[in-house]
Amino acid sequence: MSTIKMRSKESNGVVTVKALIKHPMETGQRKNKKTGDLIPAHYIQEVHGKANNKDIITIHWGPAVSKNPYLTFKYKGSKGDNVQISWVDNQGNRDTNTGKVK
Amino acid sequence: MKRRNFIKNSILFAGALAVAPAAILSNHAYAAWPKKSFDIKDLADSVKSVYGHNNLEESSKVKLKAPSIAENGAIVPINVSTTLDNVESIMIFVENNPQPLSSGYQLTNLAEPSIGTRLKMGKTSNVMAAVKSGDKVYTSTQEVKVTIGGCGG
Repeated sequence: MSTIKMRSKESNGVVTVKALIKHPMETGQRKNKKTGDLIPAHYIQEVHGKANNKDIITIHWGPAVSKNPYLTFKYKGSKGDNVQISWVDNQGNRDTNTGKVK
Repeated sequence: MKRRNFIKNSILFAGALAVAPAAILSNHAYAAWPKKSFDIKDLADSVKSVYGHNNLEESSKVKLKAPSIAENGAIVPINVSTTLDNVESIMIFVENNPQPLSSGYQLTNLAEPSIGTRLKMGKTSNVMAAVKSGDKVYTSTQEVKVTIGGCGG
């Protein structure tokens, strides 16, 4: 199952995209309570939003973005558009998901 | 095949990070992740590393929606929108976080200048939304009081 849950809705020519990504977003500054060791940084650095294969938004995230990040953005579009969201984290993991605008 | 692509992509990605860490965030839609800007610990330096200058202009056209009191610093909802035209990017700075630059959003001309996210805040701080429109950077700042920090482990 994709790590990205998304929903897109059109109203008056503007599409609102909402997405929830499953990711630990570790800052690299937290310690493991039992061992006292630092938990290595693990967070999403880039998110790309596209509609019908055209770039809408490019996002750079730092470790200050919350665990399981939530994201909304808007663009000029219409019902039936194919919206694609993809992310890459600092360890090279990545995921992509697509959905249709309602 | 998949694995090969993955390796190729991660090498490309690592290469891009190594070559252009100082790339200014707001110049290109696909600029590499700006490690330098995300590492800076001082707000003024952070702003300067993103825009190349510190000439910010407070504007009522930048709408920052943030809670005045955040009960949980691990999840502080932030929304930024603006009525300004030709918006290139939106940046969110949290002054008292270990690194003030929290996130940056580069918009193409298809995008509407309105974004939302959730941030971690270690303690009470000013949150500043900065919108780049043309050559100027417009800001709106609001204090968010944090009762439980988001960086504790």
